[in-house]
Amino acid sequence: MPPDAQSSSATGLNVAVLVSIGRHPLTARTRRADQDARAVEMALTLSGASVSLMHAGQHDSDNEEAIRGYLGMGIDEVRLLEQMPQADVVPVLTEALRASAPQLVLTGTRAETGEASGILPYLLAEALGWPVINGLAAVEKVEKGVATVLQALPRGKRRRLRVRLPAIATVDTSAPAARQSAFGPARRGEFDVQPHASEADSALTQWQIQPARKRPKRLKIVKSSSARDRFKAAAAKSDGGGGQTLNDVTPEQGAEAIFKLLREEGVLR
Amino acid sequence: MSELVRRDPRKEWIARNRLHPQHLEVLAEIGGNAVATEWMGPNGLMRRNPHAVGFMGPNGIRRIDRSGASHAAHTNARSTQSQDSRRQVTINTPAFMVAVVPDMAGGRLSPHDRDLLGLARQLADADPENPGAVLAIIYGEHKENAFGEAGVDRLLSLEGEQFDGYTPENRIAALQGVDREIAPRYWLLPDSTVGGGELGRRLSVRLGERAATQVWQVEADSDSDTGWRCTTRGAAGTTDIVRALPRVVLALAECADPISETRHAAEPIELSRGLPNVLGRIEDIGEVAVDPASVSLAEAEFILSAGNGVKDWDNYHHAAEVLGATKGASRVAVDDGHMPRDRQVGATGTWVSAKVYVAVGISGAIQHLQGIQSCEKVVAINLDEGCDMVKRADLAVIGDANAILAALVTRVEQYRAEQEENRDAA
Repeated sequence: MPPDAQSSSATGLNVAVLVSIGRHPLTARTRRADQDARAVEMALTLSGASVSLMHAGQHDSDNEEAIRGYLGMGIDEVRLLEQMPQADVVPVLTEALRASAPQLVLTGTRAETGEASGILPYLLAEALGWPVINGLAAVEKVEKGVATVLQALPRGKRRRLRVRLPAIATVDTSAPAARQSAFGPARRGEFDVQPHASEADSALTQWQIQPARKRPKRLKIVKSSSARDRFKAAAAKSDGGGGQTLNDVTPEQGAEAIFKLLREEGVLR
Repeated sequence: MSELVRRDPRKEWIARNRLHPQHLEVLAEIGGNAVATEWMGPNGLMRRNPHAVGFMGPNGIRRIDRSGASHAAHTNARSTQSQDSRRQVTINTPAFMVAVVPDMAGGRLSPHDRDLLGLARQLADADPENPGAVLAIIYGEHKENAFGEAGVDRLLSLEGEQFDGYTPENRIAALQGVDREIAPRYWLLPDSTVGGGELGRRLSVRLGERAATQVWQVEADSDSDTGWRCTTRGAAGTTDIVRALPRVVLALAECADPISETRHAAEPIELSRGLPNVLGRIEDIGEVAVDPASVSLAEAEFILSAGNGVKDWDNYHHAAEVLGATKGASRVAVDDGHMPRDRQVGATGTWVSAKVYVAVGISGAIQHLQGIQSCEKVVAINLDEGCDMVKRADLAVIGDANAILAALVTRVEQYRAEQEENRDAA
């Protein structure tokens, strides 16, 4: 069990989770989005918190199937703010969050469909005037309107932050993995569909969207005046680069050499 | 030594005069004390001594390398001095500014930052009549001293205790101040998890611009309003979105080539107005010590990996604890039941990206070597000198893994004790 998976006491905390429609990377079928599912998981591990799900988008059978994936994690109801396809969901989400006034809003870092720029949490935070933090790994405690949270850094490191609530936090893949979605609860879960006026995203229509091209691999360019050097660099094998081999040394000497390298690299704490 | 070439007319005259008694000595002296193979003849013709060139080949036959490589060894030190041929570029009155906020991970420009500066130069230098200047904005202290070589014209170093630690609100307020005062035409940030990705998103929201994120290609395009179009990755990397280049750009690594042919001024500038002080709602309490055993293998920094050569497993586990390393294993160790499956490193297990990877008793199957491709430093402890892991390793120690691990544990414990003493004394 990872160290940050402990449940913390957050009695009476009102948590809203913004969920989106995911897309399976191989089969391209709709599913619950991975990061959003982790956000739901994190909300569910907060003991004593009341969790509400919110989704802004179309209401059709494919999307319903995907959203039921979140309901199957043990949530009774999802609020669906109905929008046209390709609509700008920021105004409607802002309005809904302002009305429901949760203390903590959790969401994934980036969507799995559409533009997937990951700017939405920041736009909501700006519109609501709330602080936003990214890469939430765990909520340690919530007291007197201040949450102490752990933020995930690269290389498995964590940073402890104190945030004044209400706040928006995004969750990425360094958060604990989401629990399985159970079929029964997913069927039983209810949809609270609320039709809303939708604003079309005008910029999106001007963009050209196509399947991703493979990125060209960067070539190793050798800048040298002599053709011989350039040829040698192009034809040279990449490996065999100056490794040091210690032969016939006592274990102590070998250990000393390794110790020196570890210290130089700064991995000994 | 002076760059000027000092000519000695008398010696040159002797070198031209084959009948002069000192001719050969002077030739040798001019030729950098090597056997002269080429000299100016008395009529101004170049003369060659074919017996003095080349080297003896393996079959005892004289070989002549005409590529110039062996000849280069004969030339004297003055001419082999590698000259910095990069062009110095100074832009005194820039038509516009392109602002770059590099990550400066570890206080230095990362390769991602350099690519981004390359992209900034591309945008700034598009019109040679009205060149723009690249402005780099740095927070706090840094260790970088080659900003000019990376393509920076102006350097704005924002200092103050409000930028210590994780302070996105203060940093954004400072960037907003820069935007008001300098009004750069473009803002470029690295789309990285460390800081640029978050800062750029905050900035785009604050400036009211719709940023392009995950940009991997920028091309000139006369049809678009800005004269540029960019290709960005959307939908979790499965689509490409082609759009006009907006003001705020968050670019991926390798979006452009880093600068290598020019040098720039990196002239320090300052803001005329002071930076606003923001009441932050996010407080940084500091980094948390993480138990290395719980860090997932893919993101671990320091891995001690065990293979078939490890016989005393208690010793190995103890060593991993003392060193503070994350445990890894080869396929054999996992198959034999010594280590859990989720600790397997390699093509079938986890692809690791550790800074230091210590392979204890792992001979280095190709699948395993694939898994450690992106590790920076590899240390091998092995009995077999000829194994593939030793070839891959930056440091290989040939010997009994157990004894070496035990010695390493003793050494580290000794080091820890010394540190403890120093701390007590201080």
